[in-house]
Amino acid sequence: MISLVRRPQPSRVWAWATPILAVLLTVIAGSLMFAALGKDPVAAIRTIFYDPLFDPQFAGYSRPQLLVKAGPLILIATGLALGFKAGVWNIGAEGQYIMGAIAGAAAGLALYPIEATFIFPLMVIAGALGGWIWAMIPAILKTRFNTNEILVSLLLVYVAENLLASVAVGALRNPEGGGFPGSRNLAQWASSANAELIADTGLHWGVVAAIIAVIFAYVLLHRHLTGVHIRLAGQAPRAARFAGVNPNRLVVFCFAISGALAGLAGIFEVTGPAGQISIDFNVGYGFTAIIVAFLGRLHPVGILLAGLLMALTYIGGELASFMLGIPAAAIQAFQGMLLFFLLAVDVLTHYSIRLGSKRLA
Amino acid sequence: MTQPLLQIDGLTKAYPGVVANDDVSMAIRPGEVHALLGENGAGKSTLVKMIFGLVRPNAGRMEMNGAPYAPTSPEAARAAGVGMVFQHFSLFEALNVAENVALGMSDPPPIKDLAPRIRDVSQSYGLPLNPGNIVGDLSAGERQRVEIVRCLLGAPKLLIMDEPTSVLTPQEVDLLFATLRKLRDEGTSILYISHKLEEIRALCDTATILRGGTVVASCTPAEETAGRLAEVMVGRRLEAPQRPGTARDEIAVQIDGLSLPPAHEFGASLKDVSLTLNAGEVLGIGGVAGNGQDELLAALAGETLSAPGTIRMEGRDLSRLGPEARRRAGLLTAPEERLGHAAAPDLSLTENALLSAATRERLVSRGFIDWSRTRRFAEGVIDRFDVRTPGAGTAAGALSGGNLQKFVIGREIAQTPRVLVVNQPTWGVDAAAAATIRQALLDLAADGSGVIVISQDLDELMEVSDRFAALTEGRLSRFRPAAGLTVEQIGLMLGGAHDMEPAHAD
Amino acid sequence: MDLSAISPALLLASLMIGATPLLLAALGELVVERAGVLNLGVEGMMILGAICGFAMAVETGSPPLGFLAGAVGGALLSLVFAVLTQIFLANQVATGLALTLFGLGLSSLLGQGYVGIKPPSTARLDLGPLSDIPLLGRAFFSHDWMVYLSLFLTLATWFFLSRTRAGLKLRAIGENHEAAHALGLHVVAIRFAAIAFGGAMAGLGGAYLSLVRVPQWTEGMTAGAGWIALAIVVFASWRPGRVLLGAYLFGGVTVLQLNLQAAGSALPVEYLSMSPYVVTILVLVLISARRSRGTAAPASLGKPFHAVS
Repeated sequence: MISLVRRPQPSRVWAWATPILAVLLTVIAGSLMFAALGKDPVAAIRTIFYDPLFDPQFAGYSRPQLLVKAGPLILIATGLALGFKAGVWNIGAEGQYIMGAIAGAAAGLALYPIEATFIFPLMVIAGALGGWIWAMIPAILKTRFNTNEILVSLLLVYVAENLLASVAVGALRNPEGGGFPGSRNLAQWASSANAELIADTGLHWGVVAAIIAVIFAYVLLHRHLTGVHIRLAGQAPRAARFAGVNPNRLVVFCFAISGALAGLAGIFEVTGPAGQISIDFNVGYGFTAIIVAFLGRLHPVGILLAGLLMALTYIGGELASFMLGIPAAAIQAFQGMLLFFLLAVDVLTHYSIRLGSKRLA
Repeated sequence: MTQPLLQIDGLTKAYPGVVANDDVSMAIRPGEVHALLGENGAGKSTLVKMIFGLVRPNAGRMEMNGAPYAPTSPEAARAAGVGMVFQHFSLFEALNVAENVALGMSDPPPIKDLAPRIRDVSQSYGLPLNPGNIVGDLSAGERQRVEIVRCLLGAPKLLIMDEPTSVLTPQEVDLLFATLRKLRDEGTSILYISHKLEEIRALCDTATILRGGTVVASCTPAEETAGRLAEVMVGRRLEAPQRPGTARDEIAVQIDGLSLPPAHEFGASLKDVSLTLNAGEVLGIGGVAGNGQDELLAALAGETLSAPGTIRMEGRDLSRLGPEARRRAGLLTAPEERLGHAAAPDLSLTENALLSAATRERLVSRGFIDWSRTRRFAEGVIDRFDVRTPGAGTAAGALSGGNLQKFVIGREIAQTPRVLVVNQPTWGVDAAAAATIRQALLDLAADGSGVIVISQDLDELMEVSDRFAALTEGRLSRFRPAAGLTVEQIGLMLGGAHDMEPAHAD
Repeated sequence: MDLSAISPALLLASLMIGATPLLLAALGELVVERAGVLNLGVEGMMILGAICGFAMAVETGSPPLGFLAGAVGGALLSLVFAVLTQIFLANQVATGLALTLFGLGLSSLLGQGYVGIKPPSTARLDLGPLSDIPLLGRAFFSHDWMVYLSLFLTLATWFFLSRTRAGLKLRAIGENHEAAHALGLHVVAIRFAAIAFGGAMAGLGGAYLSLVRVPQWTEGMTAGAGWIALAIVVFASWRPGRVLLGAYLFGGVTVLQLNLQAAGSALPVEYLSMSPYVVTILVLVLISARRSRGTAAPASLGKPFHAVS
């Protein structure tokens, strides 16, 4: 008989070891899945985890992609993690990401074709505001009417996707695009382009913002009273009220930060890697960021590493799809599996496992 | 001598790091009320959990009427004729009485047949109940009746009662005792768990006393003095706290016409509560939990805001201020629930120090935490109040109840409040820690602070308070000087208006 | 816009079809939540049920086998949730999300070869002369058997929860799992069963989408139906009868907007498509703003349970 015994306090060793264990278990389970698909599992794992970084043929293209993909994931996940720690479940980051992109792009395109240095910063601010406003809807409904924020934030993703479809063929459509859906190319307009800052690194302003966000979140969580309040609210809501935390203000705060960061990720994406507002410029970063947040154990530094790892699975997945014909959906399932294993082994942080009988003597 | 109903031989149960029961042997005869006496942590609950099939012993054996008895589940125990009334009721607030009763029976009849039986049994034992009532709406005494009726319907040979009077008013206790005596006279054995000595002397035929997981004595309680029982139970003599009586003629805090809705669906609303606390005075507020205690503490703490002018301190209206602003003004509180309210289990003691001491002790400036100062403050509390812990970095959840209670009360006292309000300060705390806490509260008052102690423990309130009042159904009685109050007077104050019809069985 | 193109009888008929997947999934989740478990993975279980059911029906040519496969697929995925939350004590919100993310990925992986195929059609239940009643016959009495099964399951769920001992135990566990454990109820086992039922029902709902409602397989075809089912449970205050009402209400909005799209409404398509989600949010707000006594969520909902013995 195996039984779980609650540890008096969470284990620090396991807090670090569980994400690694989860990755290993996922690699094993993923290999089985690839084998079931009739692919060589060793080749698949190598193509996903090794080749994008070290293969002489692909690394040149793939390595910069690592930061390009990790940037938005880290930016969004950092914001979400603050909320998750506080028990505030914003799972609609995908919607806030889309709205940030739309708001930022609209602010810029309104000034087209002026060339001026203030346009890009203006778009960035508009992007953050767009995500922030979209996140305020569930936050205010939660605080005013106690409406379930999980459902509202998620349902708003579908609303945002429809709005995106609407502006891509309507308000923001490129008038010179020959009637095709999609906006002007923002990456090719100097005033709005979010270009690579150092050639061949993939480093763009979104990555810089992600690093700043990580540092900000670290300081907030570990040096500032707000961080203690966030943890309190998540672990013991009554203790938080005792400490004088206003739960409503905390809900608004967490949604504001995570919404604004998701919005930023959105505007950096459409002005750089994606280039334009199109019906499907969003590729699910808002959802994958949830995995990143948990994989990083809701810790800013952990999220930084987890974001890079998850970016690697995206790039490796594309490579595997191109080289080995592994369907893209397999990578999505692979990422989902990672979250499962992570949640399963997380039990080791809070409980120790005891083997042995509880039989009557 | 007749064959015992339940014979227990050498039961041992060990948990990691602690032996809860070590070679415990005892015998319960048919038709007796058998007391199981001991302090918190003496191993009483582990023992009864083994008898009720919730926990399995590591060693030892039990016999029921001469046959081996080793229940593997509460269902098996019930089938063998053992019923148990828990201290923390295992009731479902959103379900009605009949559904609650049905859940506790192994093979219940349909609800429509069960309801009349509940009425019959509850009437004949003087425990009136309406089967259709939602349990969440019942008083603590009525809830206990649900538990008892649930057991009685199974016609138990042995009824285990775990600290049954801790939630009752003295009058309700009398009703309960009448029921238990009637059951005994009908041949049911009762295992009565308590640490209240006078009760045991009044009710029980035999007593087994546990200390540190082992049986230290068996006796006939009526033949012993309460003092002697206490010595055996605790293992040494206890000093009563010093009570100098230091009230000054200077108002510390004033509550005026405070009314509040219930804090949660099944809570009690506060109705026109008024009181005046002087500096250097200890006010005791008695009453069964769930009668507005949590609401009163929350209103004083600032967790719930009340109408303007209802709470004033030194002429300043605090009614609309939050917890932090009140702390700055010198009004500190320590809620009942240690884990989850006064402290967060997974945070360290240092981090928990920030909960209430952040601004008052200047542990934080412009929102940034001074961790070394915070740790020093936490270590100061640990030293001063003899909190047993490896260090300030230990998670609050890793401390024993008594040690954590010393920490959370100590955390407030160390901030030298002008007014301190505590709710159930020694609930579930061992006698030595309880004495430390009470002395600390009295010392605080002696230094000129006003103290309000909300508690269910009447002995405690008589020990510490200068004036006493009862909170029942959200109404506060008039305060009376604690010295010279008799148990009957207190009982009438606590009885309030409800629930006082005499038992039908009398 | 040509509103005359919308026939009331057909509208009502398609409303019943549109509501059925929501009803099935929401009923399942209702039972799960009454047992005190919050499984946010409905969307993932639905879409897995959709592809499992679709694939099985296409391979065997038998829709009943397809529905069975959908239910089994949903239940299997839900057991992952059950193991993680009930044995490994993982956070239920996070695990539910993981279930949805994984379900979406796995279903599109499984569905690679099934895009663009037409499934075998599900038999109409012959209700004899009832289907010949003018208007009513077309609207209510000429559907496939799954529609009537879903209505029967609503009744069965109500009966189970309010009239059986097992249902009472399940509700007790949802209200106070500590007390239920102390009384000797098998909290984890009963929750496992409830979770598996919820998964099977979500899978059934998904299979109905791919086999009858649409009917074909496309990636991400549930398009939030699982989340709307979750909202319906809240809307219904955890009562089976109100789940029926909620499912038909939301099914109605979906069908109406599709009909308006087809009729060439002046509103852009995108705004019509988003309307079911917007309506869901508005209804959630109304419900939560007027929450009153007796309509509260099960008290143990979403809380982890670890038996200390």
